[in-house]
Amino acid sequence: MSISTTNSVPVPPGLVIAQALPDLMVPVKVRRGVLGFLRNNPTVAIGGALLLCLVLVGIFAPYLWTVDPTAISPARRTRPPSELYWFGTDALGRDVYSRVLFGTRVSLTVGLSVAVLATITGLAIGLVSGFVRWADGVVMRIMDGLMSIPPILLAIALMALTRGSVGNVIMAITVAEIPRVSRLVRGVVLSLREQPYVDAAVACGTRTPMIIFRHILPNTLAPMLVQATYVCASAMIVESILSFIGAGTPPTIPSWGNIMAEGRALWQVKPYIVFFPAAFLSVTVLAVNLVGDGLRDALDPRMAKNL
Amino acid sequence: MASYILRRILVTIPVMAIVALFVFSLLYIAPGDPAAVIAGDQASPADVERIRQSLGLDRPFLVQFGSWLWRILHFDLGNSIFTNLPVTSMIAQRIEPTLSLMLLTLALTLVVAVPLGVVAAWKAGSLIDRAIMAFAVSAFSLPVFVVGYLLAYVFALELEWLPVQGYTPFAEGVWPWLQNLILPSVALGCVYIALIARITRASMLEVLQQDYIRTGRAKGLGQGSILFVHALKNAAVPIVTVIGIGVALLIGGAVVTESVFAIPGLGRLTVDAILRRDYPVIQGVVLMFSFLYTLVNLMVDLTYTLIDPRIRY
Repeated sequence: MSISTTNSVPVPPGLVIAQALPDLMVPVKVRRGVLGFLRNNPTVAIGGALLLCLVLVGIFAPYLWTVDPTAISPARRTRPPSELYWFGTDALGRDVYSRVLFGTRVSLTVGLSVAVLATITGLAIGLVSGFVRWADGVVMRIMDGLMSIPPILLAIALMALTRGSVGNVIMAITVAEIPRVSRLVRGVVLSLREQPYVDAAVACGTRTPMIIFRHILPNTLAPMLVQATYVCASAMIVESILSFIGAGTPPTIPSWGNIMAEGRALWQVKPYIVFFPAAFLSVTVLAVNLVGDGLRDALDPRMAKNL
Repeated sequence: MASYILRRILVTIPVMAIVALFVFSLLYIAPGDPAAVIAGDQASPADVERIRQSLGLDRPFLVQFGSWLWRILHFDLGNSIFTNLPVTSMIAQRIEPTLSLMLLTLALTLVVAVPLGVVAAWKAGSLIDRAIMAFAVSAFSLPVFVVGYLLAYVFALELEWLPVQGYTPFAEGVWPWLQNLILPSVALGCVYIALIARITRASMLEVLQQDYIRTGRAKGLGQGSILFVHALKNAAVPIVTVIGIGVALLIGGAVVTESVFAIPGLGRLTVDAILRRDYPVIQGVVLMFSFLYTLVNLMVDLTYTLIDPRIRY
């Protein structure tokens, strides 16, 4: 049912239709869909676009690199950047451009894997300790203990014991990140279980697993998504630090940290070997952080623009 | 108050015990024979056996842990596998540069980050605020060694204002000591400054909306007095908390910064220990830093009552 003011309705003689009043409040333009979301959250859009480019670079690295990133060629050592070697060559004559492109794969793999693994494990631990009272004390004391070891040191200690491989790096960083994620989930769960709709579900006789999956889990997703992006950014930094100090991915794999570690001895005379991987790493981490900040503002309006 | 301090210290003990148990059992969590892992790939069976004997790895786990813990309580972290020196004396030799670096960074951060955050909150939404927040996001994304190399390249290599690398002990004069530490602390401080500036801004924004701030303005208090005396004091609790948590960043960053600037501190010791698989040293350093971190956060908890007299325990 709607009130029509069009001319189709016959107007009785002597009456005039009043003009439409101006809006008291400017109507909020609701933008829908992915594109609308991106227009409302430019930070996510910029960060996402940067990240998408880097993912594409990572996927298509074999087609973009000019020579094999591990090919050694003593004849063309430490060439400065030129038309042929865009980012120059390193101390063993390997092409820095090809190596940096390959490094994109390593960083993104580590970042994404750690984000997914740490989030899932942290979610499980947080849900259990938020719901099972007797487990809460024990689990949280263990997490307190783990949290009092600075994450980079914990990852270093773990890596010192295992052989350097991408898988081990992912595991070490994941272990170091889990305590923070599970603390966050536990906090969210504890506040959610006081909600009236959870009480209502309990009163209806819903079983605990069902309450967790249907009522608690969906509400933890927004903060988890934001947390996952921060975990991803931090994992990429930790990976490069581990590789840089020689406790990360094996030197045979050209990760950004490894390229910088190898360029370190020469950096005062050949700064470009360190510069290019450093720039890629910074831009990637910045892109992920932008996505995280944007998502936080979009998903949690109370926090928006404050932090 | 005294009972609160006592209780808070007592709570720290089980946490430290868990840290100790974890650091100790790392050797067993790792796949394979711990003695073989420490010995490395090129070790002969005799070497492996020697390491097993010297670390007491042939005894039951709990016995080993008990005796290890007992030794730690007597400040004995064992001997380095590589140099055979006591780990405690190795740490004592290297602790000055690391502590200098961390304290200087902390001072720099507080002097820079808190005013930045206060100004950003005061001018919220303005160009200055956006510039500060843009700086914070970028600084937060820059890994420590990237900033380190950039600073060293510009200020040491190109402009030649400061030394590129190295460390001069404090005993040899304040200026030489400071000169060597300026670039490392700026590099290390970047992430920390970004973190503290953000939390300061968020906390100040909340406080600045309170009624008593308007009262202060109405009775003619100066802007500086409102911001730094009346508002900042009430915004301080979250800021101090994050300063405490951020010490973890400082510790992790110090390991890297020392490598970049060739500072002979605990970070170098850790890196060397990793490359040599000198496990007692790694254990010692991780334990010491974790203890330091826990201690800092204990102190942070205790300062709450000083900042906010309403908090009573």
